[in-house]
Amino acid sequence: MSRLAMLFDASRCIGCKSCQVACKQWWGLPASETTQVGTYENPTDLEPNTWARVTFHEYEANGQFQWLFLAWGCVHCTQAACVDVCPTGALKHNALGFVSLERELCNGCGYCSQACPFKVPRMETVNLLTGEARASKCTFCQDRATNGLTPACVKTCPPGALEWGERDALLEKAHARVEWLQSRGYDQAQVYGETELGGLGRLFVLTAPPEAYGLPVNPQYSTLVASWQQVVQPLGYLAVAATTLGLAFNWLATRRARLSNIEAVEPDATEESEA
Amino acid sequence: MKVSRRDFLKATGVVAGGLLLPTGSAAAAAAGATATIFPLHKRMGEATSVCPYCSVGCGVLVATDVYGHIVNTEGDPDNVHNRGTLCSKAQSITQLSTDPKRLRKVLYRAPYSTTWEEKSWDWAIARIARRVKATRDATFREKDGEVTVNRTEGIAWLGGAANNTEDCYLASKFARALGIVYLEHQARLCHSSTVGALAPTFGRGAMTNHWVDLKNSDVFLVIGSNPAENHPISFRWITKAMEERGARLIVADPRFTRSAARADLYVPFRSGTDIAFIGGLINYTIQNRLYNEEYIKAYTNALTLIHPDYQGPDELDGLFAGYDPEKRTYDPATWQYQTEKVRVKVKERDASGNEVEVEKEATVPKQAASLEDPHTVFSILKRHFARYTPEMVERICGTPRERFLEVARIYCATGAPDKAGTILYAMGTTQHTVGAQNIRAYAILQLLLGNIGIPGGGVNALRGESNVQGSTDMGLLYQDLPGYLGLPTVKQPDYQTFVAKYSKTSFWANGPRFFNSMMKAWFGDKANSQNNFAYDYIPKRSGDYSFMPMFEALHQGIIKGMFVMGQNPFVSGPNARFEREAFANLDWLVVMELFDTETASFWRAPGVNSAAIKTEVFLLPAAAAMEKAGSVVNSGRVIQWRNKVANPPGEAKEDIWILDRMMRAIKAVYQGSTAAKDRPILDLVWDYGDPPQAERVAREMNGYALEDVKDTSDKVLVAAGGVMPSFATIASAANPEAIACGAWIYSGYWAPADDGTGVVMPAARRRGQNDPGGVGTHPYWAWTWPANRHIIYNRASARPDGTPWSEARKLIWWDATQKKWTGYDVPDFPITKAPDAQGNPAGTSLAAQSGTDAFLMKPDGKAWLFAPSGLNEGPLPEHYEPLEAPVANPLSHTQFNPVVKVFDTNRGQDIGDNVGAPDRFPIVCTTFRLTEHWQSGAMTRYLPWPSEAQPGMFVEISKALAAERGIRNGDLIEVVSARGAIKAIAMVTARWQPYTIDGRLVHHIGMPWHFAWQGIARGASANDLTPHVGDGNTNIPEYKAFLVDVRKL
Repeated sequence: MSRLAMLFDASRCIGCKSCQVACKQWWGLPASETTQVGTYENPTDLEPNTWARVTFHEYEANGQFQWLFLAWGCVHCTQAACVDVCPTGALKHNALGFVSLERELCNGCGYCSQACPFKVPRMETVNLLTGEARASKCTFCQDRATNGLTPACVKTCPPGALEWGERDALLEKAHARVEWLQSRGYDQAQVYGETELGGLGRLFVLTAPPEAYGLPVNPQYSTLVASWQQVVQPLGYLAVAATTLGLAFNWLATRRARLSNIEAVEPDATEESEA
Repeated sequence: MKVSRRDFLKATGVVAGGLLLPTGSAAAAAAGATATIFPLHKRMGEATSVCPYCSVGCGVLVATDVYGHIVNTEGDPDNVHNRGTLCSKAQSITQLSTDPKRLRKVLYRAPYSTTWEEKSWDWAIARIARRVKATRDATFREKDGEVTVNRTEGIAWLGGAANNTEDCYLASKFARALGIVYLEHQARLCHSSTVGALAPTFGRGAMTNHWVDLKNSDVFLVIGSNPAENHPISFRWITKAMEERGARLIVADPRFTRSAARADLYVPFRSGTDIAFIGGLINYTIQNRLYNEEYIKAYTNALTLIHPDYQGPDELDGLFAGYDPEKRTYDPATWQYQTEKVRVKVKERDASGNEVEVEKEATVPKQAASLEDPHTVFSILKRHFARYTPEMVERICGTPRERFLEVARIYCATGAPDKAGTILYAMGTTQHTVGAQNIRAYAILQLLLGNIGIPGGGVNALRGESNVQGSTDMGLLYQDLPGYLGLPTVKQPDYQTFVAKYSKTSFWANGPRFFNSMMKAWFGDKANSQNNFAYDYIPKRSGDYSFMPMFEALHQGIIKGMFVMGQNPFVSGPNARFEREAFANLDWLVVMELFDTETASFWRAPGVNSAAIKTEVFLLPAAAAMEKAGSVVNSGRVIQWRNKVANPPGEAKEDIWILDRMMRAIKAVYQGSTAAKDRPILDLVWDYGDPPQAERVAREMNGYALEDVKDTSDKVLVAAGGVMPSFATIASAANPEAIACGAWIYSGYWAPADDGTGVVMPAARRRGQNDPGGVGTHPYWAWTWPANRHIIYNRASARPDGTPWSEARKLIWWDATQKKWTGYDVPDFPITKAPDAQGNPAGTSLAAQSGTDAFLMKPDGKAWLFAPSGLNEGPLPEHYEPLEAPVANPLSHTQFNPVVKVFDTNRGQDIGDNVGAPDRFPIVCTTFRLTEHWQSGAMTRYLPWPSEAQPGMFVEISKALAAERGIRNGDLIEVVSARGAIKAIAMVTARWQPYTIDGRLVHHIGMPWHFAWQGIARGASANDLTPHVGDGNTNIPEYKAFLVDVRKL
């Protein structure tokens, strides 16, 4: 069976944020208190209660100005560091091709958010007293997707910039779109996500280089995550012990995850100290 | 709608998802992944509704909890407009239903009080009725000179564009029965100039085409609008045309917008210079002979001869012939058609009933044989626009010549008969002192290119509110009555003079019948042919009672009491500080709202001393769109019925319930009166059930038979009690007095109709999917006025001989075998009138018109390139600068529209009708909207999700201006105009560039106008800065071009 994926075609996007709010609507995610700081982007980052958002970028090259929009959220990597570091199995590859999240299994360790090369998962404090947290991120609307429905953001997208379907077919479509866009004067049009990290579940048709959208040019699976995996996995069930040990430090770990600026934490350093 | 869960899943699954579910463990194992199926965490709804925000009319599927409050919304995949998609506002409907800030109780603010207090409905309604009576009785005027006017200027009504059409109809009836002339609503502020321009040009004031039709276009000229922002679902159809037909998208706008981000060509031009820009395109079209000559000769007045003494701005330095500088008005005598007398033979019945042929003399417009005759409309047009060269366009608009010519090359190529270009416009066009003439310019260009009446063409007014078309149709504007029948004026002292105003040689010849049937609907047997249909029961107007004059009258204390139904003028009115000050003169104010808006709470606004304000305020909690039944009319005139699918919170009530209770109470306080002035209230037919049913209001609007309606052969057309199938029945009935019809243009919307599958229901409820020819008409989806015609003036989609202009553009055509018009849309034309049919100049109504007279609401059957009447500042659009302009008009010495009224109350004071000059205010400023918010914010700034996405006020400025003033992105800055100053966050962006206007560098900035001091998303109000000046025809305020200065704080 083919893998399902989402295609975001930036050349269709009108930056309307419908995807952003549709995600909140379906999942009942509360709004944050935001302020205007000189941008159309709000909230200004992914948050435990913001799993999808639109980013805005002004870009000029060869005398051509573009206002770029990007519908952003978890990209559902094939080589998903979050899945690999998750000690409880809360994060899993689903057979349909996305990375699912079962929050009831999450112990709030925060490894996923530190290992993710795209800095996607965010930790939500669920108990203010203990500092206990849960990971949160886009799951491609795992309940809708596994019941044969399109994710909320895809369904709502007015110009059809978000599409849902078989990954192979979407890739084919993406390449055809790039060709068409190049014929319409977008000479930097390109596909992103085809091969990155083994191939992303969220594919992109871009009209400018990835860095113009704030996307990493060559996202890397952390070598330390890899080596950690190589040590841990052969040990098999010893992981249970590691989890138990982890639980002992749970309070500390989650408290730190909550207090620290997750983006600023060096994932490698974290892994080292935990190992 | 009956949709099984299975159907629903099928429809919403859309793509592979449903087919690709893992069928066994093999799939999971192959991917090395789990095959977990997660149960849906909440219920999806199957109750259908229509979004209450913009005017696309998107379908929404709603799920409710046990309390009837909305828990989920999904786009309705069957709705032809959005096909399952929704914008961010529609995604927030859940919060609109459940937000704790929704009003749940009647709130009352006593005079000089500093707080709200909760009251019961009974108490409030009874008190309102007494206040209405006291004010009405004290201010009622039966005579203006010798003329019976029966009006009160002491009570005003504002609002209705967010209400259902049935609410608006009742509001119109309610207000006119009381004698209210200050009757206004949002349409004045958004598209009044559209009606003011399109009605004289084409015959009707509405969007010519419709949303789905955008998919048929070859070139989009988006000017004065930002559909990606304000009508996001339009991009579903625009994108489709671009990808499937290779359509080009041109965006002309002062700034690079969200729409511009998707354009093939973005072209900047300064706010307030549309006529110069479009005039340049008209000139390019004429000079390069790109117009459709066959089209303009047959369907427009291009060949008609104008008075030989006519002189235009090319000869009179910016003025037309007939200007009186004292009165600031024109005498249009020389703008008129040349006429000639013809003798024609007509068949009549003589005294004994026999048909005889008699010869009659008739006066008809004189036509030239060739376009080149110097007095033809075409020659005048050519001379007039010859001055609008690409160089002049560059001087006035600041648009680089080459970029302008690129637009011209792409757009004007749609003059080819197999091409269609469409103009999409909104408030960037309408809200100018030359608003109506901006739209006239679009219409002229589109007529020259043969783009009217065809699929993918049109002059498309993008309406901003879910039902502003419906509220306008229901006459919630001071000068109108439902169905554009026109409120009598003091110059029409009696019924005979009034009905004589309807043209005899167009479909308007039936105007008297439509008026009579409306009066029957309002006053029953108290209106009849023996008493001139109770003509004096409705008020007559003497002057301009539009929005700005209303606030001037409030300022002068003329208006004592006011009803506000879902409008928030404290945020949306121009020179808002002045308008807020004026409000304090009210004795009483009744507000029907969802939230406690700035208008309802004006008495406790920042800086206001509540204890000094006398106004008694009644804040009545209203049901939101999903919580009541009724219809909404989208921009494309599609009337969609909404069922009640959720419960209102607390004690909130449907608007028709509120109107019903108020009218019953008012009737009660007048009971027993014998005064003539009170008869309209006591005799008003007001019987919609208890609680009132929207369906019963719909029946009255649609029209029904009071007794058997018969044709001339005594055949019963509609039995007593039955509903009118169409306004054609009203026009043709032998006994029209048997008909009561509240809104003739809606006649048919509530009549039983097939949905294309054999199921019959009231037409507006239909959800049929058939789309003959695949052109997007969807004739079985709901019901479209007029007469279910989707592209109006569609006779022009065929050549004069009745064959389509091209196979690709087929819409309707003449079927010579069946001898009738046929095709994919209901013909906007008499169905059996052959293309070669001759008009009879002595005939009345459509008998006067020929088989090529495609514009049947016009007295000559032609679209008016040149408008001899209907527009105050001239028969052709001429560029004038905005009231506040950075330069002297480069085109002539006539600086600004010579007929506009410039208000001057308290000029020179801090709060007053002040006007700024470029020495103190050198920067051009305009206002705009954001996709996350809606209008004055009354349905978004109170909701967490839209507020999170756009939390507050900002000002967009160019990098060059920022550098000049030392402003960085995110800095707090002050923007000052002659009316006031506001503080906002600077957004420094490459999307704005300075302009070179007539050789000078001019900075241009823009800001959203949604914000104010209440709700979650707060900020300064842009309209504190905008001026009190309006268009020369409809007084739509000039929000979109004014002068400011900025400084860093």
